[in-house]
Order: sequence, then structure tokens, then C-alpha cells
Amino acid sequence: MSTYIPEEVDIKQNSNGTAVTETTLLQTAEALRWQIGRNFHDQLMEDIYTNAARIADRAITRAGEQPRFDLDSTIDRIVTSRRWGFPLMALLFAVVFWITIVGSNYPSQALAWLLVDTLHPLLRSGADLIGLPWWLSGLLVDGMYLATAWVVSVMLPPMAIFFPLFTLLEDFGYLPRVAFNLDNLFRKSGAHGKQALSMMMGFGCNAAGVVATRVIDSPRERLIAIVTNNFALCNGRWPTQILIATLFIGSLVPAYLAGLVSALAVVGVAMLGVLLSFVVSWGLSRTILKGEVSTFSLELPPYRPPRIWQTIYTSLIDRTLIVLWRAVTFALPAGAVIWLTANITLGDRSLAAHLINLLDPFAWLLGLNGVILLAYVVAIPANEIVIPTILMLTVLVTGATDVGSGAGVMFELEGAAVKDLFLAGGWTLLTAVNLMLFSLIHNPCSTTIYTIYKETGSKKWTLIAALLPVVMGFMVTFLVAQVWRLVSGNW
Amino acid sequence: MTQTDCTTCPAHHAGNLRRLGVDMSNFDYVVALAGNPNVGKSTIFNALTGLRQHTGNWPGKTVTRAEGAFAYGGKRYKLVDLPGTYSLLSTSRDEEVARDFILFGRPDVTIIVADATRLERNLNLALQVLEITDRAVLALNLLDEAARHGLQVNDRRLARDLGIPVVPMAARQGEGVDALLQAVHEVATGQVVCKPYRLKSGSTAVQRAVELLTRQIQALFPDLPNARWVALRLLDGDQRIAQAVRNGELRELAQNGRTAPTPSIPLEIMA
Repeated sequence: MSTYIPEEVDIKQNSNGTAVTETTLLQTAEALRWQIGRNFHDQLMEDIYTNAARIADRAITRAGEQPRFDLDSTIDRIVTSRRWGFPLMALLFAVVFWITIVGSNYPSQALAWLLVDTLHPLLRSGADLIGLPWWLSGLLVDGMYLATAWVVSVMLPPMAIFFPLFTLLEDFGYLPRVAFNLDNLFRKSGAHGKQALSMMMGFGCNAAGVVATRVIDSPRERLIAIVTNNFALCNGRWPTQILIATLFIGSLVPAYLAGLVSALAVVGVAMLGVLLSFVVSWGLSRTILKGEVSTFSLELPPYRPPRIWQTIYTSLIDRTLIVLWRAVTFALPAGAVIWLTANITLGDRSLAAHLINLLDPFAWLLGLNGVILLAYVVAIPANEIVIPTILMLTVLVTGATDVGSGAGVMFELEGAAVKDLFLAGGWTLLTAVNLMLFSLIHNPCSTTIYTIYKETGSKKWTLIAALLPVVMGFMVTFLVAQVWRLVSGNW
Repeated sequence: MTQTDCTTCPAHHAGNLRRLGVDMSNFDYVVALAGNPNVGKSTIFNALTGLRQHTGNWPGKTVTRAEGAFAYGGKRYKLVDLPGTYSLLSTSRDEEVARDFILFGRPDVTIIVADATRLERNLNLALQVLEITDRAVLALNLLDEAARHGLQVNDRRLARDLGIPVVPMAARQGEGVDALLQAVHEVATGQVVCKPYRLKSGSTAVQRAVELLTRQIQALFPDLPNARWVALRLLDGDQRIAQAVRNGELRELAQNGRTAPTPSIPLEIMA
């Protein structure tokens, strides 16, 4: 670092002030850069570190000896250990879902009784009383109100339990340990270790997860993280998983095991999503997004005792209500659309029936049915309304007027009744399993797609991020359906 | 609000704070919150504005700017919560958001939130912020955790060395918020003038190069307050700053004091 700087050259420019222009300034900077050598950056970092170290050292006194037992590092040794890290992770999440499934069962039924069984007939007779025309009361009460009531009773209880539990884990400091555990796998997939963090955000909301990829410096790895974020099951899809697992998977085992087995099924789907993140990251980093894996340092923050009441309060008010509000704003117009398609007839059948018939052959190949596929088209703006849409449309197709109160109308949420309806709609265990799979592997919601476009600024990558999962979903459900039918011999 | 002696008296403290949420109209001063990831910036942001920006115990939680407002001592403040970063030198998107705001947004006061248990690493960022701006306050946070680890931090010594006010805090417990407000108010209104610590390089060749380039930058942009920092960035080959020299952004900054800040991502999609 002893390069001599020829001062006369530079002072000539400096002394007659006016001679300095933007261009000469940059030229001088460039010349000086060559003179001081290329390790200027390291020198600068070193200067910052030594200055900071000196100042910190003067200000800090360590009182006596460090305590011999360090709780934080003891916990860390266990939760990030090779042997216990992954089992503990699976166990923690299984417990969280088990509490969610068992805890939300009763409140869901109570809400459905209140909003659907009790309030809905009241509103209907109220509409009749003030003499609303049938189409208006149908659109408002049977379409918009019921779609909203359904969304609230399906979504509110699981979210009100799941979010506080998840936030407690987050507040405690567990999430960075999860990222630490997953780092090695992400690196092997050719992705950035911090993708674990954006994936965590994705478990809440994929749009937020896509924004969270900003912590990743390299554009290549950031794109991988954006494209694969959709494989993190978002809160619009948790209720679908929980309901279908409870109705179809939990019922395969004796009642006392049902809650646990349903929880494990949901954890299994979520884990499959994580696995798909790795597989797709691996595929992308070896084909269209080739490159080196960048290194980074991940800070494991100290464990902090969670502030329980504050966490429950803020996660209820901020997360639960905000997400619920979003669901409701999408459910209102969707309810209207569903009611209209079910009540506008073309020829001898309703518009919805035509669409379902059109989709049925393709859906059969996937082990699904036309109702489910149509519901996924209706639910592009928000995954939250998939189940309500499926139910409304199933009532229409089966013509099960005794179960609900007419075409395109939603009805009570009691588990058995819902399952009977699904069975009447021709559902099998295969339909349920493939619905859970397709709910995990399909296109992101429109909010997420828009966010991806804003973050990448690229139509091409937005298109890839939107289409890749849905094509994969078709492939996975197709394969499962064929193998299932081959093995069971049941075509 | 009518001003009585009581509401303007510094002794009135907490009663003096009015949380204004997202009402950012007619603010007198802009305050930025900078710091390493996971040191409590969002906790302090929420305590001052009354908003409930999501807080969580993991680094990298805030990647966009969140904005809110509060009133204190008869002045209205707009508060901007920046993404947590370890440095302002490299080029990731979150570091750029933080760096661009401190440079181009030119806040009246920058609160540097530091984790007392990891003081040395936190000062790395503090020193870089102090290269860009003179007007800063160090919020020495998480002192409760430092005490748990048997660490004592001499905040007066730190304030003398850094040349800016240092406020001891335990923000999660709400301790030190009043003192922080007071310090921000004093720096914003000019009652306290900072004399921030400037980096000293170990190499004389570097010192001379920096000095030379700084003089040229001062000749070109006489009103630019952070010529030395720009010199350091140019010598480090920072393309973003070179571009700001070339396209006149830096000239505008020197003349107008503030350039149009980059738009932030709306918060509603962060649910």
C-alpha cells in the first residue's frame, strides 16, 4: 500500500475548481483506484472493523466470569444437531397442527351453526318479508352472504389458533434455527440458504414470501427463491388441507387417533412442499439458472422469552383479521359469481353445469373432478375460497336440494354432512388425496403473481413462476391417479 | 393542540409523545431507523408510532421501508423503519434501500439501533452511517440481555467516542423510549450538534487518495454534506454512486437537500 500518488497531476485539476467536472471526477477516481491497489475494499473493511473494535472495547466491561451454563447454546446444540434437528422440527410443527386441528373443530361448528344454520334462514325470511325479488335475495343472501359466512367459519378458528402459535415460535427465535438446519439442503440444491427464511414467510403468505426474497443478494438465487416460494403452503391453503385431512384421512383410523393422523397428513403435505422446493431449486440451478452458490453468514439470535399476551393480541388483530378480511373481500364477489353461474341457464342446463361437464374428462385423468377444477379457476384471486366454491358447486351437480337449500347455496358445516355431500358428488379417498396435492401444487394466487411481476420486473419469469407449479400439479396428480387405479384395480 | 408550558417541558416526557400512526401530514422532521437485523428497530418503530409493524425474532424480517409518524415537543416527525443490514457497502437490495434512504432521503435524524450484546459488530454499521450523516442518535438497545450475559456498557464513554447522543434502552420492556425521543428532538431542532467519529484509515496512501478526491468532490458539489463518504465509495468502485455522479442525482441532492425517495411496497400485501 505504499503507491506514490503523483500529486501535481491531480492538484492541477483541483486548484482551478472549474476544471473539475463530473467526467473528470470519475476519471480521477478511476485513476486513484488503480494507484491505491485493488485491495482497497478489504482495507476499508479492515479499517471499519478495527475502529469499531477499539470503540466497543473501551465501552464494555465484563462483570466477573461468564456463567458456566449457557442456556442458549445448550438449546442450540440440541435443535441444530445432526441427529435431533430434523425430528424435533417435524415434531414441533406436528404439535402446532395437532393443536390447530383439535382446537378449531368445535369453534368451527359453532360458527357454522350461528352464521349458516341460524342467521341465513333469518336473512332469507327477512328478504322475503321486505319483498325482495327472488334473484336479488338469491344473489345477496344465497350467494354473497353465504360465501362469506362459509369462509369465516372455515378459516377463522384455524387461523386464530395457528397464527399465535407460529408467532410464538418466531418470537422465541426458533425460525433462524430452522433456516440453519435447512441451509445445507438448500446449498446442495444450488440455492441460497436464506431461501429458508423467505420460505418461512411463504408459509404465512406467498406474496410476503416473494417480497422477503430481497434478503438474497444474488439475482440468480433470488429468482430461484421467488419461483419456488409457491411450494410453501400459504394460509389460504391451510384450511383446505385441514378440512380434507380431517374428513377423509382422519376417518381412516379409530376416533382417538383421528386428530393426530390428520395433523400428520397436513405436516406430510407441508413437508412435501419443502421437498419440492429443493427439487425445483435443484432443477433450475442446473438448467436455466446455472451458477455458483454464494456464501453468507446467518445470525442465530438469542432465544427470547416470548411475550405471550402481546403475541396473541397482535397475531389475532394483525395477521388473523387482515387475512380474514382479504378472504371476505374475495368471497363476496365470488359468491355472487357462483350464484350467477349456477342460476343462469343455457339451453337445458346452468352455465356452471356446462363448464363442469367440459372439465370433467380432463379432471378424471387427474383423479379430481370438474367441480374442483372449476373451483380453482374461480379461486385464482384467493385460495381461501376454494372449499366454499367446491361445496356450492357440488350441491348444484348432485342436485342435493335436501342437503342445502337450493342451487348454488351453501349449507351447514357439520363434518358428517359435508362428507356425505362429497361422497354423493362421487368423491373417493383418491379425490381427497389429489385435492390436497393439487392445493399444494398449483398456480400462485393473483396477488402473488402480481407481486412476482413487481419484484422481478420480468414477464417471462412471472409466467414461469405461474405456470411451472400448475403443470407440475397436473403431472403429479395424473401419476398418483394412474398408479392408484392400477393398484386398486378400480377404474 | 394548544401548547401549554407543561406539554413543551422536557420533564413532561412520555406525556409529550403523541402516536400519529400513518398520519404523516405536515411533518417537521424526517427520522430514519437504521441498524443491524434483529436488534429491535421495528419494536422501537411501533413504540413511537403506535403502529403494529410485525416484529419477530429473526434477521431479515423487514425488507421494505415502513413509515409512520409521531409528535413530540410540539413538532411532528415522520419515522421511516429501514431494513436491517450489516453494512452499507455491498449491493443487496435491502442494503440499497437502507443506504439510498440515508443518502438521498437525507433524514433530519438517523436513529442507529445497536444490540448491546454484540456492540462491536453493530458499531461497524454505526460508523458507516456516521460517514454519510452527521445527525444521528445511537439507541443502545437490549441492555437487559447484555446484563443477563454479564456485560456492562458505558454509554457515556460511547457517546464521547462516537460524538453523538447515546440512549440506553430495553425497547421490548419500553425502557428508554422517553430518553430516545428527547435525544432525537434535541438533534432535530439543533439543540445538540453532533461531532461524529470519522473513520481513520491505517494506510497513508488511502488517506491521501481519499483527501484528494474529497476536495475535488467538494469543488464540484460545494453543498454536499458527505463528500468524504462519496469519495470512499468512488474509490471502492461503487457503480451506484458513480451513476449518481453522472446522472446529476448527486448534484440535485447537494442543491435541494432531498431527492424524491423511491416508492416503497404497500404494506397490505405483507399480511
